[in-house]
Amino acid sequence: MWNYTDKVKEHFFNPKNAGALDEANAVGEVGSITCGDALKLMMKVNPDSQVIEEAKFQTFGCGSAIASSSALTEMIIGKTVDEALAVTNRDIAEYLGGLPPEKMHCSVMGAEALRAAIANFKGEEWVDDHEEGELVCKCFGIDAAMIERAVTVNGLTTLEEVTHYTKAGGSCQTCHEKIEEVLEAVLAKTGALAPAKAHAPGTVGLDAIKPLQPKAEPAAAPKLTNVQRMQKIMFAIEELRPQIQRDGGDVELVDIDGKDIYVRLTGACSGCSQSAGTMMGVQAKLVEALGEFVRVKPASLLPVSAN
Amino acid sequence: MTQGIYLDNNATTRVDPDVLAEMLPLFTEQFGNPSSMHAFGAAVGGKIEWARKQVQALLGAAHDSEIVFTSGGTESDNTAILSALEAYPKKKSIVTSVVEHPAVLALCDYLEKKRGYTVHRIGVDGKGNLDIDAYKAALTEDVAIVSIMWANNETGTIFPIEDLAKLAKAVGAVFHTDAVQAVGKIPMKLADSAVDMLSLSGHKLHAPKGIGALYVKRGLRFRPMLRGGHQERSRRAGTENAPGIVGLGAAAQLALHHMADENTRVKALRDKLEQAILAAVPNCFVTGNPDNRLPNTCNVAFEYIEGEAILLLLNEHGIAASSGSACTSGSLEPSHVMRAMGVPYTAAHGATRFSLSRDTTEAEIDRVIEVVPGIIAKLRSLSPYWAQEAGKPKEFAPVYS
Repeated sequence: MWNYTDKVKEHFFNPKNAGALDEANAVGEVGSITCGDALKLMMKVNPDSQVIEEAKFQTFGCGSAIASSSALTEMIIGKTVDEALAVTNRDIAEYLGGLPPEKMHCSVMGAEALRAAIANFKGEEWVDDHEEGELVCKCFGIDAAMIERAVTVNGLTTLEEVTHYTKAGGSCQTCHEKIEEVLEAVLAKTGALAPAKAHAPGTVGLDAIKPLQPKAEPAAAPKLTNVQRMQKIMFAIEELRPQIQRDGGDVELVDIDGKDIYVRLTGACSGCSQSAGTMMGVQAKLVEALGEFVRVKPASLLPVSAN
Repeated sequence: MTQGIYLDNNATTRVDPDVLAEMLPLFTEQFGNPSSMHAFGAAVGGKIEWARKQVQALLGAAHDSEIVFTSGGTESDNTAILSALEAYPKKKSIVTSVVEHPAVLALCDYLEKKRGYTVHRIGVDGKGNLDIDAYKAALTEDVAIVSIMWANNETGTIFPIEDLAKLAKAVGAVFHTDAVQAVGKIPMKLADSAVDMLSLSGHKLHAPKGIGALYVKRGLRFRPMLRGGHQERSRRAGTENAPGIVGLGAAAQLALHHMADENTRVKALRDKLEQAILAAVPNCFVTGNPDNRLPNTCNVAFEYIEGEAILLLLNEHGIAASSGSACTSGSLEPSHVMRAMGVPYTAAHGATRFSLSRDTTEAEIDRVIEVVPGIIAKLRSLSPYWAQEAGKPKEFAPVYS
């Protein structure tokens, strides 16, 4: 059972302004067939004062759809059409004392019917541009369509980014699997993630690391001598060690072969399920320190001749 | 508030007072762990074996050791499917139907997406009958398991389980059936059946929630889902839910006793309710197969109105029912069962299920018959699809997003 407020129940059981309005001069009809709701809003607008003198509705939908329609008519009667345009779906939900997150789309339908009716009054064409999908994050009321849009528009690739952009998954965190599914689906579609390019054994998630943004022109960067480069790498790894040692492990530089940097994870790291993540962390650090792309590989992958 | 009229027994049932009475001592005096060597444990162990025999009798199983107690229907379904896949690792296909419970469908979706299995979801016709030709075509040597429900929870439509099981066995597939709605309403004799595994749930037959069972035919290759102790002959580890198991045993005994009542008196009440609604309300129809369904279930689709609104108004009259509407679940799609049968959206959203039980009385049914037409009329008067004066549907074509 939904946790409807008393105000929602009041407007559902005894809806205000239900029925047809024959002398209407502003009519908006909207609906979402998949969700099973449709709303016809009829208003009588005074052509001189632009005031909405009467408003009635007919709704096919659930309890909160009917309550939202009823609330909407109460909110707009007496307003001018321009004042009414300022009414948002949040206003409708607030008027009702709040709606369950799954039901926010009912208030959206109300706000859209209003815009459609006003467009009809003004003789404009109204295009519905909102779409909705399965509710993913219940805490913030974010649906799959919204996440898809955020991912596509902003080129997001990770769960953390989705949370930063949409808030989805930022509170109770139980929807992370669903968010990752949406993310995977979008990335697979746009090809942003080349899926399942087999990694060489022992190398880790290299293609998951985004290419460096070319902040400074690479060509303009002063070229390091081999010794300078080696020192930078050693220094970066030294900086990382305390952090890894805190977890009972250690990391040791074994060899540098051009873009390939071989390290050995020891202590608690060896055989640890998190070691792939640790390797990625080392790689990120070295890429940052050197300003060039390098690959970090476990020492076990050193070519035999080099040993 | 009075007790109300409870017609949502396919969702869950009231625990029978006799069932509760059997269970109570298990919480207090007979609290021992059945695995223990002492008398405290032995008393409980004896009760559990008694319960196992009752479930065996209800299912008509050949051996009581074929009954594995679980936490309910979902666990039984998951155990059955995962067991078959593990027992036959070379087989990479699963056959199921489009109208299964999410306990089966969501697992199959997962196995398809993440584990690389091929899932054949067999469709149904307008009355919810399985497409037998498509079923036969999907059966190959590559099929590890077939999982098809015995009776549908939304419409009550019954599938020809024995025939389906025989066809599955012919290609060497394991046959599992989710029978949570059927057990206790349809007489069963699994000893003579081709069914390999069967799921049942306690709370659908007047036992408490959190207890169920999986029937596993003797000799079937089985791999446990939960590993740990030796409970349930190592097929389901974890200290037994002794009160639940004894409750299920008592409920099974009662279900066998009341099976005739379900199929006569309860069925007659269901038919009375359905015929009265169809006679009094225009533009509604029965979904599923009226000629082959559970005796307690009636699913009527009311056109041009939405199910959640119907339920809220029924609730105001103290009547509890259920709906295939999207808005009751928080998903945006109406019931997958209604869609699979090709029920149009305007009717699917108004599909309302009344599911009776042996507790249902004629006075209750009369009361429902009295209030339903008014509720439907009230909502239709609000609907843009319904012309008030004419009392019939009208043209309405909103801008759909």
